[in-house]
Parts: sequence; structure tokens; C-alpha cells
Amino acid sequence: MESFLQQLINGISLGSIYALVALGYTMVYGVLRLINFAHGDVYMLGAYFGYYLSRLVQGRTPSHLLDAAVVMILSMIGCALIGVIMERFAYRPVRRASRLTLLIIAIGVSLLIENASQLIFGANPRFFPQLIPETHIHMGNLMLTNQQVIVLVTALALMILLNLFIYRSRTGKAMRAVSYNLDAAKLMGIDTDRIISLTFALGSALAAAGGILVSINIPGIDPLMGVMTGLKAFVAAVLGGIGNIFGAVLGGLILGLAEVMVAGYGSSTYRDAIAFLILIAILLFKPSGLLGKGQVEKV
Amino acid sequence: MPLLELKDATIRFGGLLAVKDLTFAVEDGELFGLIGPNGAGKTTVFNLITGVYAPTSGVIAFDGKPIQGKHPHQIAACGIARTFQNIRLFASMSVLENVQVSSHMRSTQGVLGSVFRGEHFHREETLHREEAMRLLELFQLEKLADEPAASLPYGSQRRLEIARALGTKPRLLLLDEPAAGMNPQESADLMRLIRRIRDEFKVSILLVEHNMKVVMGVCERIQVMVHGEAIALGVPSEIRTDPRVVEAYLGKE
Amino acid sequence: MKRLLWIAGTIGALLLLQWGATALLLDGPIRQGPYYYQIIILAGINIVLAVSLNLTNGIAGQFSIGHAGFFAVGAYMAASVSYYGGPAIRGAVSFLPLVGQDTVVLILALAAAALATALAGLLVGIPSLRLRGDYLAIVTLGFGEIIRVLILNIDAVGGARGFSGIPKLSNFFWVYLLVAAVIATVWNLVRSSYGRAFQAIRENEIAAQAMGVDVTRHKVLAFVISSMFAGMAGCLFGHYTMYLHTNSFTFVKSFEIIIMIAIGGLGSIEGAVLGAVLLTVLPEAFRGFEGYRMIVYSLAVILIMIYRPQGILGQVSVIKRVRAHFITKKAAREAATKAASSAAKMPVKAEGA
Ligand SMILES: Nc1ncnc2c1ncn2[C@@H]1O[C@H](COP(=O)(O)OP(=O)(O)O)[C@@H](O)[C@H]1O
Ligand SMILES: [Mg+2]
Repeated sequence: MESFLQQLINGISLGSIYALVALGYTMVYGVLRLINFAHGDVYMLGAYFGYYLSRLVQGRTPSHLLDAAVVMILSMIGCALIGVIMERFAYRPVRRASRLTLLIIAIGVSLLIENASQLIFGANPRFFPQLIPETHIHMGNLMLTNQQVIVLVTALALMILLNLFIYRSRTGKAMRAVSYNLDAAKLMGIDTDRIISLTFALGSALAAAGGILVSINIPGIDPLMGVMTGLKAFVAAVLGGIGNIFGAVLGGLILGLAEVMVAGYGSSTYRDAIAFLILIAILLFKPSGLLGKGQVEKV
Repeated sequence: MPLLELKDATIRFGGLLAVKDLTFAVEDGELFGLIGPNGAGKTTVFNLITGVYAPTSGVIAFDGKPIQGKHPHQIAACGIARTFQNIRLFASMSVLENVQVSSHMRSTQGVLGSVFRGEHFHREETLHREEAMRLLELFQLEKLADEPAASLPYGSQRRLEIARALGTKPRLLLLDEPAAGMNPQESADLMRLIRRIRDEFKVSILLVEHNMKVVMGVCERIQVMVHGEAIALGVPSEIRTDPRVVEAYLGKE
Repeated sequence: MKRLLWIAGTIGALLLLQWGATALLLDGPIRQGPYYYQIIILAGINIVLAVSLNLTNGIAGQFSIGHAGFFAVGAYMAASVSYYGGPAIRGAVSFLPLVGQDTVVLILALAAAALATALAGLLVGIPSLRLRGDYLAIVTLGFGEIIRVLILNIDAVGGARGFSGIPKLSNFFWVYLLVAAVIATVWNLVRSSYGRAFQAIRENEIAAQAMGVDVTRHKVLAFVISSMFAGMAGCLFGHYTMYLHTNSFTFVKSFEIIIMIAIGGLGSIEGAVLGAVLLTVLPEAFRGFEGYRMIVYSLAVILIMIYRPQGILGQVSVIKRVRAHFITKKAAREAATKAASSAAKMPVKAEGA
């Protein structure tokens, strides 16, 4: 029972990372109907920015927590910029092109970031500095680390903030309008280019947060770390119903739990397949994902 | 026995009853009109007949056999063909290829036959191409046979859709607002064309059209529907004077 | 008769080329001969993958990005046949010379690969082709990854160690015979009523159905044919490299094939061939610039798709264009006089007579 609870916590922890990255996928898909395959690489960049920033920041603020917060916020800003640049130069010129063209450009951008990173950061894994010294928290037979708690709390806080932004603010409303119908939003006087830029900025910042939170728990980082995580986060987004914010969170949690459970109770080599198995099972029964709305083509 | 028969056909989209207990029949060889204000459910009736949507309840029979719930391609094989209100051509394929697609279901060649291409393959391919060319000639599109369908002017695209539908060799042809966007001269041409199609191809035609001149001019009987329900059925002169119809249209305009 | 001549001619020419390539590149004076030979083989494998994927993605318009999965199924299936069944098969045909025995083993391996991948294509295609666009893409990608993980867990084919000890049975001749077969198949299919049905589905599914095209059946058909060729390419790949590892079959490989057909010109057979050759040869040509090479490559992909989204060749068939060029030359004069006299741009009226 304890070990089950332990797995549950590990699963939620992993799931909340997937959820953070999945949010970016889902938001971008919402406004542009684009699977931004490069999103996983932004998550990787977030971790690397964090790595270099930590060396600058560590020890310069009064507390470890503040160190970590500064690193995270700066890295989120850096990735937001990357996201905006990516949209401006790779996706905006082809916004009206076919979906296939967009998808291939996304693959190209992803390859570009991965290869440039290998050149700049080196292909070998780096060890992410320990921003917050690990302490153990015991709850009965259950063992938690303070880092796990921080990851969970931060992820949760970011999701709540995002939710408030999207459903309470004016800009959030505009974002929803754009994702509902880009052309109509434009006609209503919304500056759609700005909203799309902002969507990329937000999504990328969340991915950066995901990258840093992961590195706090599992400190090995490398230029290809975003490939699998990105793919799985995308699966999480589709699982929940792509374009749907709650769906992304739900999908991320389901995926994280499933993976941890399979690795814990089954064979860990199947770990990477489980995400896709769940995805396929769900899409076959509910093609629009768990919370997605089915779209019937009007004839 | 009528060729097409709808009995209490009903379809619901969420809270909207788009078609409600609709009953009417089209006789063999008849030119039958279906009219009603925008949003009355006419296109939805076409979608029900051609299997795009399955009715929530009710029966749709073709040649005496129920066809509701069948796939669209099966219904096409039964002998029902249609055009679309918002033109749906195979845009980047040539005009000729557009019509040739509709002979695919009559093809007796398998995949292997199409790859290894025996005598029979070439004979059938030639036959189907010639049939398609004849249709194009009837619609005066033969000179444009190799052009991409998307490059045609609007009126020609509408005619190509009819030609393509006839390529399936239907017994019933459904035309959804074929005169939309045409000028009076083009509409007059279209009226003659519709009659000629009926006579030459021995098909029944179910026509949805907003242009009253066209409907009254070519249809032998007309069914009027409003808000998914039938309100009147009769010959053009009856329909023109029917107070319910007048109200439905005047009330709207 | 004409067809038989074509086939015999192709086989003859390929045998001749094989002999020439062996003499010149493998046993010959050229210093890097074997290296060039290998690039030619890999280009052939990639042509088969690209042309076959183009049938699903370019012609039928169904966006599949799991082609590497089928490539893997074929490779491992075929390798198992020749590795485990090879001795028995050779025993059964021991009266043949060694070349003959090799040929029998390879043909059986090819057949097994084709069968296994056709089945896999059917299994994947029937449920997933109900989905559209991005959903289909992500499900095919998922299937590809599942296949890879499954193979990784089968110890009989080496699991994570990789599958070694596969006999070297494939060569230039076999690879380019398959290239010829896939091009001929897709070429003829596209120019038949099946090809028109596939394209109709790509252009407008609802209209295609209304014209009597069984959309599901045709999607699955295109998918199965395409997987089958990927499987056979896998067979020849494994029997050339003599070693298989699941790392060659990740979704990165699927992406690579997609990029080939997109760069060449989606829906065009010549485009797929060009894309496959370019993407095999160019990276090799820039081997000296490791690091920068991949950056240039990804930048090129982005720029080509931004400035020429229809690909290098676009949808127009080169052969058609060349042929049209010669025909129009002849007809040009007549057409010119005709066009002058009639207002060609005026919409043709219905019912003139
Ligand atoms: N797929 C659908 N989902 C929801 N509502 C639909 C759908 N198709 C049609 N409708 C609704 O059904 C009603 C009738 O539409 P339609 O048949 O197109 O009218 P008409 O062709 O007579 O103008 C309209 O209110 C339309 O919005
Ligand atoms: Mg309508």
C-alpha cells in the first residue's frame, strides 16, 4: 500500500511535468492548428538556460528557494523569447499554407534547435546543479523529498495562474476567441498576430518551467532530452482533447501515472510504449480525446 | 411504387430538430422540387437520402428497399447521385478526371489488374474515358477536359458537378441549388439542361432551388418545407397560390 | 508481350549494372568504391520508402508518420526468416548452386516481409484511418513507436543488443529491382481508376463517397500497399547491413522519409525519388562539416517549405511536362491561330445547341 502511494506521488509528479509541457502544445494547437514539434526542444532549452543561469545566480540571493525562483523566471523569459522568435520567423510566413507544410517546418525547427544545441552545449549530458539541497520528509512509511514537493507546488501554481489568465483576463479572452475562430477574431478587431505571439511566449515559458522542474528532480540534461518528453506531452495533450486546457492537465496526469505504474509493476522497457497504447485506445473510442469536442463536418 | 420514398424521416442535431417527420415520394422519371426558406432543412434532406447522416428515426426507401443507415458509397451504388450546395469538386484533378472518378465503382479491375494492365484494363479504361468525354461534351466542357477543376469559372464548376454526378449512372439525381450565383441567361440555360438530362438519361430529379423561376419552370410537383417540416405539396400552380407557402416566404422577406 | 519485354529488359539492365558496379566499385580501382556502392544502395532503399509513403501521404492524402515502423517490421521479419529458416531452406534446395540458394532464401524472406507488413498495415490502418489529419498522424507515429518497443523486447531478434548474423543476400540488383517495382506500381496505380479514387479522397472525402468511392476501403488499401513496400525495403536493408538495431527505426526515420517527399514535391513520384536521393547523398557529401551539416540541413528544410511549399518539383509530373513540351511544339502553331480567333477565356455556355 505504501509503495502504491509512493508510486502515486511519483506519477503525479511526472504527470505534472507532462502537463506543463502539454499546455504549450495545446495552446499553440488551439490558435494555429499546428503540432509544434519543436515544443519539446524549448523544454530542453529551458533546462539548459537554467543550467547556465544557476552558475551565475547560485549563492547570490539570500535563500536557496529564491535562487531557484530567479533561475526559473529568467529561464522562462528566455524561452518565451525563443518561442516568439520561432513563431515570427518560421511559422508566421506560412500561416495560410497547408497543414502538412506547417508540420514539416515544425519538424525542421525541432531539428535545428536540437542540432544547434548539440553544437553549442555539446552532445554530452550535463549535470544540473543542485539549487535546493535535498531533504527528506517522512509521512509514516512514505518518503517524500522537498524537491518533489516543490515541483508539485510550482507546477500546480503555474497551472492555476494560467487558468486565471485565460479565463479571467481580457487578453485571455482574446486568446480564446482566436482559438475559436482566427478570422472572426480578426474581424472583431483583435490583434491576432500579437495574441499568437503571446501564446507561443506563454507556452514556451511553461515548457521552460517544466524543463527546470524536471532537472531539479533528475539532474542529467542533454540536447535530446526534449524529444521523448515532447512527444509524450503531445500525446497527453491529444489524450485530453487537444486545444483544451483542462484536457492537457488531465492527459499529463494520466500519462505520468500510467508510466510510473507500468515501470513499477510491469516492465520498464514498455514504459515508452504505454503512452501510445493509451493514446490509441482512447482515440479509437473517442476520436476527439477525453475532453475534446467532436467536430462534424457540415455538408 | 415510387422510386424514392421518405416516411417520417427525422433528424436531430443536439437540440435542433433539423428535419421532422418528413414524408414525401418521388416517382420514377419525375422532376420533383423541394423548396423552403434558408435553414428549412433541404440540404439536410439530401444528406439523409445520400447517407451523409443517418436519420434519427423514420424510413428512407429507394426502389422499395430501405436505405437509411447505409454508407454514402453504398447509396451511390444503389443509383442515387448528388451535387453539393457549396461546390465540392476534386479541385486539383482535371475536369475529365473528376468525371472519371464516378466510374470507379463500375470498374471490374482489381489493384493487380490496374498495375499489370492487361487487354481488359485498357479496354475498360478507354470505355470509361469515352463515356466521361461524352458527358463533358453534353455540358460543353470537353475543351477544358485537361484543365484543373479549380480553374473553371463558377458556372462551369456547377455544371461539372452535375456531369460528375451523372457519371455514376444514377436513377435519381439530387441537385442542391444548381442555379445559385448564375445570371438570368445562365439560369435559363440550366432549366433547359435539367429537362434534357431527365429525358436523355431517364433519371428522376429532385431539385432544391431558391430561384422560383427555375423551380416553377421545370418541376412537375413541388414539396415545400419550413423549419424541417412539410407544409405543402402540389403542382407549381397550386404551390404558387397556397396561402401557407406565401406566408412562409412573405413572412420571411 | 510488351510488358514482358519491359520486365525482362529491366532485369537485364539491372544485372548488367550490378556486374558493372561490382567490377568498378567493389573489386575495382576506385579507392572509395565500396563507400559509393553503399550510398547507392541506401539511396535505393530510401527511394522505395519515399515513393511508397507518397502513395499514402501525397496521393491519398492520409497523413501517416509511422513509416519507419513498417520498415522495421519488414526488416526484422525477413531477417528472422533467413537467420532461423535459412539453413532449412538451403537444405531443401541444395541441388541449386549457391547463388540460386541465396536467391530462394531472399525471395522467401521478401515474401515474408511483404506479408507481415501488409498484415501490420491492415491492423494499424483499419482502426486508425477513421481518424483525420493530425490525429491520424499522431496515431501512426504511436504505432511506429509501439512496434519499435515491441521489437526491443523480443529476445529472439536480439532485443536491445540488436540483431546480428543476418546473411548478406541483398545487393544493388535486388534493391533497384524493388525500386523499379515500387515506381511501376505507384505510377500505374495513380494512372488507373484506383489512383483517381485515392486522389478524390485527398481532394474531398465527402464528394468521393457520394461518387461511390468506398473511402475506408481505399484508404486502407493505399496504406497496406505502402506498408508492404516499406517492409520489403526493410528486408533488403537488413540483408545488406547484416545487422539491425531498433535505433534505425525511430520516428526520426519516419520524419526523414516525410521530409524527402515534402522536399521533392508531395504527390509526385519523381519528387519522391529526387528527395530520397538528395537526402541520402547530400549529408554524405558534407561529412567533413559534422555539426554544421545538420544545422544547414534543418535550415534548408525550413526555408524550402517556406519559399517553395509545393516542393522542388511540385505536383506536376516531370515526365508529363517533358512529353507535353514535345507535343505542344507540334500543336503550337494550330493552337495559336485558334486561340486568336476565339475568346478562349469566356465561360462556355451550357446548351448552345
Ligand atoms: N451537421 C449539422 N450539425 C448541426 N446542425 C446542422 C447540421 N447540418 C445542418 N444543421 C442545421 O440544420 C438546419 C437546416 O440546415 P440546411 O439543411 O442546410 O438548410 P437549407 O438547406 O434548407 O438552407 C440549419 O439550422 C442548420 O444549421
Ligand atoms: Mg441548403
